[in-house]
Amino acid sequence: MLTVPVQIQILLAGILFFLGLIGLLVRRNIIFMLMSVEIMFNSAGLVFIIAGTHWMQPDGQVMFIFILAVAAVEVSIGLALILQLYHHFKTLDTDAINKLKDKR
Amino acid sequence: MKILISLIPAIPLFGFLFLALAGKKVPQKVAGFVGAGTVGISMILTFAVSSIFIGSLHHVKTWSVVLWEWINTANMHADIAFSLDSLSLIFMFVITFVGFLIHIYSLEFMSKDEGFSRFFAYMNLFVGSMLILVMADNLLLMYLGWEGVGLCSYLLIGFWYKEPANGKAARKAFIVTRIGDTAMIFGIFILFLSFHTVNIREVMYNASMNWIAGSPIATLTAALLLGGALGKSAQLPLQTWLPDAMAGPSPVSALIHAATMVTAGVYLIARTNVLFLLAPAVRSAVAVIGALTLLIAGFSALTQHDLKRILAYSTISQIGYMFLALGVGAWSAAIFHFVIHAFFKALLFLGAGIIILVLNQEHNIFKMGGLRKKMPAVFITFLIASASLAALPLVTAGFYSKDQILWYAFSSEYGSVLLWTAGIIGALLTALYSSRMIFITFYGDAKTEPSFKPGKLMIVPVSILAFFSIVGGFVELPDSLGNVHLFSDLLNYTLPKVILKNTGIPDYFFQVLSGIIVLLGIYFAYLVYLKKPSAAESFRHSGLYSFFEKGWGFDALYDTLLVRPVVWLSEIDKKDFIDIFNKGLAQLALLFNSLLVRTQNGKIRWYLMSLAIGITLILTYILTR
Amino acid sequence: MNVFFYIAGAVAIISTIMAITGRNAIHSLLFLILSLLAVSVVFYLLQAPFIAALEVIIYAGAIMVLFIFVTMMLNIGLEKQTEKKWIRPGMWILPSILAAVLLADLVFALRGAGAISISGQIVEPKQVGISLFSTYLLAVEIAAILLLAGVIGAYHLGSQKKKVTHRFLEKK
Repeated sequence: MLTVPVQIQILLAGILFFLGLIGLLVRRNIIFMLMSVEIMFNSAGLVFIIAGTHWMQPDGQVMFIFILAVAAVEVSIGLALILQLYHHFKTLDTDAINKLKDKR
Repeated sequence: MKILISLIPAIPLFGFLFLALAGKKVPQKVAGFVGAGTVGISMILTFAVSSIFIGSLHHVKTWSVVLWEWINTANMHADIAFSLDSLSLIFMFVITFVGFLIHIYSLEFMSKDEGFSRFFAYMNLFVGSMLILVMADNLLLMYLGWEGVGLCSYLLIGFWYKEPANGKAARKAFIVTRIGDTAMIFGIFILFLSFHTVNIREVMYNASMNWIAGSPIATLTAALLLGGALGKSAQLPLQTWLPDAMAGPSPVSALIHAATMVTAGVYLIARTNVLFLLAPAVRSAVAVIGALTLLIAGFSALTQHDLKRILAYSTISQIGYMFLALGVGAWSAAIFHFVIHAFFKALLFLGAGIIILVLNQEHNIFKMGGLRKKMPAVFITFLIASASLAALPLVTAGFYSKDQILWYAFSSEYGSVLLWTAGIIGALLTALYSSRMIFITFYGDAKTEPSFKPGKLMIVPVSILAFFSIVGGFVELPDSLGNVHLFSDLLNYTLPKVILKNTGIPDYFFQVLSGIIVLLGIYFAYLVYLKKPSAAESFRHSGLYSFFEKGWGFDALYDTLLVRPVVWLSEIDKKDFIDIFNKGLAQLALLFNSLLVRTQNGKIRWYLMSLAIGITLILTYILTR
Repeated sequence: MNVFFYIAGAVAIISTIMAITGRNAIHSLLFLILSLLAVSVVFYLLQAPFIAALEVIIYAGAIMVLFIFVTMMLNIGLEKQTEKKWIRPGMWILPSILAAVLLADLVFALRGAGAISISGQIVEPKQVGISLFSTYLLAVEIAAILLLAGVIGAYHLGSQKKKVTHRFLEKK
């Protein structure tokens, strides 16, 4: 039986989430950005499991399965888009993809 | 009869409407037919009306036609009404007859111009407005015609609008005559306020009953009306627009700026002669202005090198003669000179038009020459017209009309020796510049070759006008030469007779003197320009010559006194403080845009960062509330 | 049992930090897989073995492998120079401050509840299965359609159509 306080568990998930956020804001390579998004997804799922165990209901785990499905779809489409991006711009630098810049 | 009278101005106006609306869509022949035909019909109707009028002159002196009510309020009543008397009849005759000849001429002159139908539309509008002016029963309708002819003058001077200089000349004409028009409308206001009517006959009657001769109000009103006449007739000090108005086509110069519109001032003064007789100061001012103008314009005409500008200054000078006649009380003499002047001046302008057209738009007389042999028909008609202008004794009509004015200038009740001297010097100048024009243009070596022969449509009208330039004078012969008084008898039904003082000098003395002066002038011009052209060279480069040529500096004077200050003021007004507010708003918006547009730099990480900062702030705010 | 939780948590955090600060893409991905495995251990400790298995199989086994395949396809693993150029140390400061602030917010929000420990029966996988297919049946079907859309989208977006221009339109 785990007797770690719930706050600590959620804190763990929070730390993982904010690490993912930092990675998203700092990295320029789009693969790394997508990877950071996956970290955030994962931590969100962790929170659900913690909640499900805390309240002793299956809903938490069910939610995690759905999050998993969504993350899978998102990753596959995201990577396909990255392939298109690479073939068009010949680079994975997100700063180079600024065609929507307001010209003045 | 009444219907015929009302149709005379209506038909050209219908012609204007037709040509304005459908002129471009019909073939050129149809447009020309309509344009010239309407004036022709008016001419025929004028002949018909005149014969009826003259036939019944003993019992009806004035015919009156009321068409419809125009303004009917408690205080003012004005109708669209025409009144026909001998004065207006003579003007109508000149307008339609000379106008018709000029329209026929224009059929060929403007045949290659792309604005053919527009030209005839404007010309028809002009003829209609001028007819309204001379037939009007009340001052307001006359002012309508007055403004209408001013508008048509503007439109036709700037007819070739693609050239900016023509637009400038048109605007100058409009603005200068506008000054006169404003004076005139003030005069009409005073008359209305005094007598509560604008009907001309009633106003004249009331003025003669109620106003004392020499009273300030009569003087003021007459002076204001004189201002209007000065503007339209290009007399001192408003004469600067007419030489520049030569930018328009030659038929326009012939019709508007020689025969009709510039004589509207003469008509006004003749029509309101009662007022001028009630204001002796103004009446003498008319004569003095006439005398001064004819001298100034005469000197200027002597120094011009553009053929049409010589004729323009000549027109100013001859209208000066008419004003001189009006000022000394020789009303019918002024009108007689007007009729004869219309004939030969229109002829001169039409002939000049042919010359300019045939020589490929060459206006400088020093580049012409030798046209005597090359264009004989034009030479003969032009010669006849110049002879009439110079008042060649006995054979030309101009001699009889100008001589009559000179005689009355001396021996009328209001005349004086000074006025007569000015007139005689003017006659010398006229002979000089008209012979100069003939000798330089038609004699000597040909410097420019004519490119084609003018057609029948241009030669026939000038020939008819040449005929009248000779024969027209025979309706009014002085006592010593035949004593024919057809013209003045007709006019004296409407205008007062001239009163002569007893000077003891018989009239044939003046005729002989003026004839000698004219012949002297022609001989002197012959000496200088044909025998020894180099004698004129040294004069041509002197300062006096360029002073005369620039119109005695009036243009420069008005430019410095009036134009420059107004332009300077408007430049200042462009940068006034009201604009700062409007511009400031726009600048503010642009400033904010330039500041905030930097946030749209297209970088994803930048957007993510701003998202994250925003979420942080909101969460922190919510949790710590 | 608690100490395993703390160890697994520490491993997860450290490997995540290594993942996001790495220069080599493959290395980062492998660190991420390590992190996911640590989280899977946490799941097991939280009495959810089925989810732990799913985490390993699907998340670490399929999604990350997909990442690695694409990374290898794009040939960017050896571009250490570019990565060095793109990330300067100064860039970490502001996001770290932001994350720290958010973490403080989280701690602040959590301080209310007392130390509640987990007790009672665990949730069986069987329970999860029944709940999935009875209460959340509709959501399962929607998730299936979502996966179908993902498949079609990924196929369409990933295909390289050769750009065919008529020879008259070629810029020569």
